[in-house]
Amino acid sequence: MKTLKQRYFFQNLMKTFLIINTIAVLIPLIIIIVYVVVQGIGAINIDFFTQELGSPSRAMTGRSSGLVHTIIGTFVVDFLALLIAVPFGLGAGIMLSEYPDHKLNPLMRVMNDTLNGMPAVLKGLLAWALVVKPMGSFSGLSGGVALAFVMLPIIARSTESALMNIPWSIREAGLAVGLPRWRVVLSVVIPASKTGLVTGLLIAFARAAGEAAPLLFTSFGNNYMSATLKGWIFGPVDTLPQRLYSLAISPYPQWHKLGWAAGILLLFFVVMSFVIARIAVREKKY
Amino acid sequence: MDDSTSQILKQPRPLIYRWLGDRIFSLSIFTLGITVILCTAIMALVLYGDGASSIKEFGFFGFLTGKVWDPAIKMQFGAYPFILGTLITSILSLAISFIPALAVAVFTAEYSPAWLSHIIDNLVNLIAAVPSVIIGLWGIFVFAPFMRDTFYMNIYLWSLDHFPALLPFLGNPIGYGMATAILILALMIIPYTTALAVDAFKKVPKDQREAAYALGATKWEVIRMAVIPYARGGILAGVMLSFGRAIGETMAVAMLIGNKNTLPFTIMGPASTMPSVIVNEFREAVENLHLSSLIAVGFYLFIVSLIVNLIAAYIQRRFSLTGARTV
Repeated sequence: MKTLKQRYFFQNLMKTFLIINTIAVLIPLIIIIVYVVVQGIGAINIDFFTQELGSPSRAMTGRSSGLVHTIIGTFVVDFLALLIAVPFGLGAGIMLSEYPDHKLNPLMRVMNDTLNGMPAVLKGLLAWALVVKPMGSFSGLSGGVALAFVMLPIIARSTESALMNIPWSIREAGLAVGLPRWRVVLSVVIPASKTGLVTGLLIAFARAAGEAAPLLFTSFGNNYMSATLKGWIFGPVDTLPQRLYSLAISPYPQWHKLGWAAGILLLFFVVMSFVIARIAVREKKY
Repeated sequence: MDDSTSQILKQPRPLIYRWLGDRIFSLSIFTLGITVILCTAIMALVLYGDGASSIKEFGFFGFLTGKVWDPAIKMQFGAYPFILGTLITSILSLAISFIPALAVAVFTAEYSPAWLSHIIDNLVNLIAAVPSVIIGLWGIFVFAPFMRDTFYMNIYLWSLDHFPALLPFLGNPIGYGMATAILILALMIIPYTTALAVDAFKKVPKDQREAAYALGATKWEVIRMAVIPYARGGILAGVMLSFGRAIGETMAVAMLIGNKNTLPFTIMGPASTMPSVIVNEFREAVENLHLSSLIAVGFYLFIVSLIVNLIAAYIQRRFSLTGARTV
């Protein structure tokens, strides 16, 4: 039997180990974020937001270039993805929470989690096979489909938990005053869980906005602005994560600088959606 | 709500409004919802369908065990180097990250004061949300050169002088390779594992801890005997999910592993994983056989990922957990 002194010594030893460990883990992770911000902040200027990237010769001759087409393209592709993923994700989430007795629900929950855990690169391959191959060209639409597969399980999951947060008695109250079931869902449950739903959408958006792998062979990338809306949807479109990758592996120092700036912008988008979502979650109390 | 309720109470709607409305609503919800089930099935079908010509050419197991990946001259494709590369990188990075991730979780959930654990919890989740392409960017310009200059060069030169037999296992110290990718991958999945483990610790009931304290246990003994065993299932599920993420991690690995498509692997030398080879070659694949081989690699990645995720789902269900959070 160990003495009390030994036991307390061991407990303090473990505490010290845990503190040191936590610091040691958090420091490199914070360093990465700080480094990106420090490197990127110097490369952000007015050209970055107004110029397009152009050909490599532009970088080699030292003329200024920017990523305005990338920023617009990111919004186009992510917006298309939301447009596609939201109805299906909401439908799945409502089915999981409002029809808990449906016999497909257990299968659906497992499949949803499985889809969520699937590597994003496979979702890109799927979008490539479903959209790019039949249509014959890389397109913003196919990028949107790829990101929709990333968003779909997240939206379904978060919708389910947001609706589950509404106490069952509120639904019963609605049914008791004579509302049919569909009215209970549409005008009682969904309005009550609005914050939770929006939070889920934000988190899904943030996750998808950072994915580069599925976009490399769907929206493909583009060094120039598209002149028409058709070009944005059916032609190759630039997005921040995929452009970041191309810039990082390019041989031009000027493009590397743009890469850091793209990194800070991407980080800003993702972190902002994340922070807003977190704050919304904290205020949500029933 | 008030308006619609009073309106309905005043004049009851016909039965058709309830009956038909409910039918239409549930039907549309089910139609939209079922697509989630179909997605995984479609993915399997599409990946197999497009990879079939390559799998037929080399045989299901022939493709699996083929050690040559040569799209340029021999047009021969085998996925073995990538499968091995994926398993080695993900298992090693999981092994490296497991203890630190768990330690941060224990500290956050059990030791630190509420305000600090709140900060660490948010920070860990925030870091878990940082896109992997940004980690890769940092890895290319900072981490890989740092590792090369500080460690790999010195290790290489030392073994050159003192222990030349080791050289074939070390590989060239160019900075981009297995060890770099494994370390970065470990760093990336730590916040993920930690977040899931913290969730598991939070689900441990208070009574469990208080009972142990009442028996005179020290804080550490409470954690070791009452908390960790209770959270075992959640931790295990979290580890499986992190493993799945490590297997599928694409951008950071593709940017740092050096992309060498053949065996044998060396510790510091370049290699490839299943996702990284798809990302690297898919845009440039012109031959049909090359393209379908890459998709076939995706099909095997799908199977591995499916198995890992199903195990995680099984563990979650077995320990009746509500599931991992989405971030």
